[in-house]
Amino acid sequence: MTKIDDLKTPHFPSWCPGCGNLNIWSSFKNAAVQEGWDNGNSAIVAGIGCHGHIVNFMKMNSFEGLHGRALPVATGVKMVNHRLNVFVFTGDGDCFGEGGNHFIHACRRNHDLTVLIHDNTLYALTTGQTSPLSEHGFKTKSTPQGNPDEPFNPLALAIISGATFVARAYAGDMPKLTEIIVAANKHKGLSLIDILQPCVTFNKVCTHGYYRENTYYLEPDYDPTNKQKALDRAFEFGEKKIPLGIFYKSDKPSYEEQIPQIKDKPLVEMPLERASAVELFKKYT
Amino acid sequence: MSKSEIISVKIGAEAGQGVKSAGLMLAKLAIRSGYHIYNQIEYPSLIKGGHNVLQVNISKDEVTAPRRVNDILIALNQDTVNKHFSEFSADSALIFESDSKIDTSKVPPNVALLGIPLSKIAKESGNSDLLINTVALGAVTAVLGGNLVILNELIAEEFGNKGEEIVKANALVAEQGFKHITENYKKFIKGFLVPSDSVSNFVPHMAVDGNESVALGAIASGLQFAAIYPMSPISNILAVLAENQEKFGYIYKQPEDELSAINMAIGASYAGVRAMTATSGGGFSLMSEGFGLAGMTETPLVIIEGMRPGPATGLPTWSDQGDLQMILNAHQGDFPRIVLAAGDAKEAFELTMQAFNLADKYQTPIVLIIDKNICENTQSYPLLDFSGYKIDRGKFSTQIIKEYQRYELTPDGISQRTIPGSGNFFIANSDEHDQVGYSNEDAETRTRMMEKRMTKLKVCKEQDMKKPKLYGPESADITILSWGSNKGTMLQALKGLDDVNYVHINWMSPFPTEALEEMLSGAKFILNIECNYTGQMARLIRENTKIKISESLLRYDGRQFYPEEIIDAVNNIRSKK
Ligand SMILES: Cc1ncc(C[n+]2csc(CCOP(=O)(O)OP(=O)(O)O)c2C)c(N)n1
Repeated sequence: MTKIDDLKTPHFPSWCPGCGNLNIWSSFKNAAVQEGWDNGNSAIVAGIGCHGHIVNFMKMNSFEGLHGRALPVATGVKMVNHRLNVFVFTGDGDCFGEGGNHFIHACRRNHDLTVLIHDNTLYALTTGQTSPLSEHGFKTKSTPQGNPDEPFNPLALAIISGATFVARAYAGDMPKLTEIIVAANKHKGLSLIDILQPCVTFNKVCTHGYYRENTYYLEPDYDPTNKQKALDRAFEFGEKKIPLGIFYKSDKPSYEEQIPQIKDKPLVEMPLERASAVELFKKYT
Repeated sequence: MSKSEIISVKIGAEAGQGVKSAGLMLAKLAIRSGYHIYNQIEYPSLIKGGHNVLQVNISKDEVTAPRRVNDILIALNQDTVNKHFSEFSADSALIFESDSKIDTSKVPPNVALLGIPLSKIAKESGNSDLLINTVALGAVTAVLGGNLVILNELIAEEFGNKGEEIVKANALVAEQGFKHITENYKKFIKGFLVPSDSVSNFVPHMAVDGNESVALGAIASGLQFAAIYPMSPISNILAVLAENQEKFGYIYKQPEDELSAINMAIGASYAGVRAMTATSGGGFSLMSEGFGLAGMTETPLVIIEGMRPGPATGLPTWSDQGDLQMILNAHQGDFPRIVLAAGDAKEAFELTMQAFNLADKYQTPIVLIIDKNICENTQSYPLLDFSGYKIDRGKFSTQIIKEYQRYELTPDGISQRTIPGSGNFFIANSDEHDQVGYSNEDAETRTRMMEKRMTKLKVCKEQDMKKPKLYGPESADITILSWGSNKGTMLQALKGLDDVNYVHINWMSPFPTEALEEMLSGAKFILNIECNYTGQMARLIRENTKIKISESLLRYDGRQFYPEEIIDAVNNIRSKK
């Protein structure tokens, strides 16, 4: 059993007051308490950016790696110890800029990871530059004349790349976000949650007010197993038209379920002795 | 055949004609007959077409390098004659396709011309041209005086998994190739490969290249996870690892790129398993960011770097020693870079195994440098042995530890390591951190942590670093200094030189400053030999020692030094003195 105090560290979040990261942090802790995630059964891998600081504020075993490389580290962890719940905290810059290639391939392989994207549509830690998810025309420090690039669609990209659980949440709705984090973790395979995360300091467009105004949840009878529909809904965006919830879900075996070497137990629990390799050496005589 | 005599057989063909497998079978035939071998393969970066050659060197004594001349040249195409007609030894033969229009007019008159209808024999077996390398193998076995029974054994093993038919067809054409020699060219048959009388006493030998020995070493060391992106010359490491993963219960994964390779391996190691990656210079450039990440997070990791000529794509299938300084300096900032370099496949085997223990002991990345010649040239050794190897995971525990601190400051800089899932809390942090792992930017903490990490290099120097090895006489007129695959060439050259010795360096960082200075304190003339443009080892020696190198012999054409070239160089120095 995990109590909220078990997750407490000596460090209180350094994020700006009102930052969506605070909501993501709280929602995740609530999910951990609800599900009993702790240092005996879970690990976190984080990227570099404001989001990555989360490792300091949660007493759960973690690896804070390099900018863009959270996913490869997490896949390494999961392959050798699939009993761990592995959570990836990454940013829209971290995951889609520096780490874009890793994202496509992690989805394609359907590793059993829960990926939380702190999507503030910009680079916050480096004080506000454009990101691959910034809207066309969006003004930032690096695009003072307005962003000339089109953003890409993280949900659609995840679906077509092979992720088997694709959701969008809004950081400000913590009960719902908690619920989606739990569902994502329960899913076997690559689960992605694009979390709309207002950056109160650098993003004056995608504010809490804006998201409260313009988001809504997918209908109760929405069928997330229909890939084509999921793609259609993933492209729906705009005023009053930002859907939230689980867009896509499919039951394909995860990467880790397909590896015969780890069918019985995780690699990390296997013996290292290899006396029998002598036989292999004889092949070369 | 005298003990030191070497017979060199060169097979030349178009890529795809099976030069490598024929060369390996001939090598194994020699081993099983009680001889030593060294196979050198050279080929361009092409899959089909292009000129491939493989030289099999056979001797009763250890043989460790290619030779500049050939005693038998097997030409499966015209190119082989055109490119190698000037490399015949005094008493030599050319085996070639007699039915095609191979022009042998350039071949010196003293060379025996053994024309054989290779494709005709191959086709008569009911199979295609594909078997001409086996016909040639039968023929050369006959010329060498080898044993057809052993060859048939090898054919059965090599083609066994392709079905009875294929085995039969190969055995048939080998026999016909063999017979063609005994029936038509009897007087050219040499008695070299007669199974030696002592063959039953001969310790079982194996023929391995460095890629294989690294993979075998990793498996023997308890490797559990490898992520390797294909790249010449190390691709065959991953092939061996991939093939054997289910049997030995480790995972090999082909990642999307080298950035991912190293980060996956780091993740696996953080989670508690023995992990490795391998690449060449281009891939290592990408890995340099992960190299330092492993250093900062104190994550054990074995990285194999198989050098080929750079920069950029360079010469993908040739050899070089130009990555040394990059590896020693890769990544921003200071962290303990432990860098070893193997000199041949056997050293690569031993150092791979040691690298896994060092990685666990010092909780830091270990780079093992090899090069294309080591990766792909095959040498015979007594069966590689790991019975004495002890897997040592260092300060590693999966138990709950009270008041656990992952980066606890200790006199040797090494802290207790545990893993996620053990119940212990820590952060493996790429940001500078305190003893638990929390991000921390205090000047004091930073200073202590930097010192902690760097202390490991000092401790490694005291406890694990090995002295360079000296071959040849204790004191000599000329001392050769080199590293990597040049070792084999130097050892071979020493056999033809008086008053010359060779110092072979395996530890690049930490560097054996005192040991090397002592070894070379009485040296009269130091000849440094390297395969790169700037003399990167010489630079390392200048940086770390007071040793004065008298002369450097450098090459950067991708080619391997022949022992004959070293002998020439030494004679040249002597004539000037
Ligand atoms: C290799 C490398 N390049 C650049 C940086 C600088 N950098 C740190 S965080 C960051 C962008 C972060 O953006 P995002 O991932 O969206 O995270 P946020 O800060 O918005 O949470 C950049 C460019 C870095 N740390 N490493």
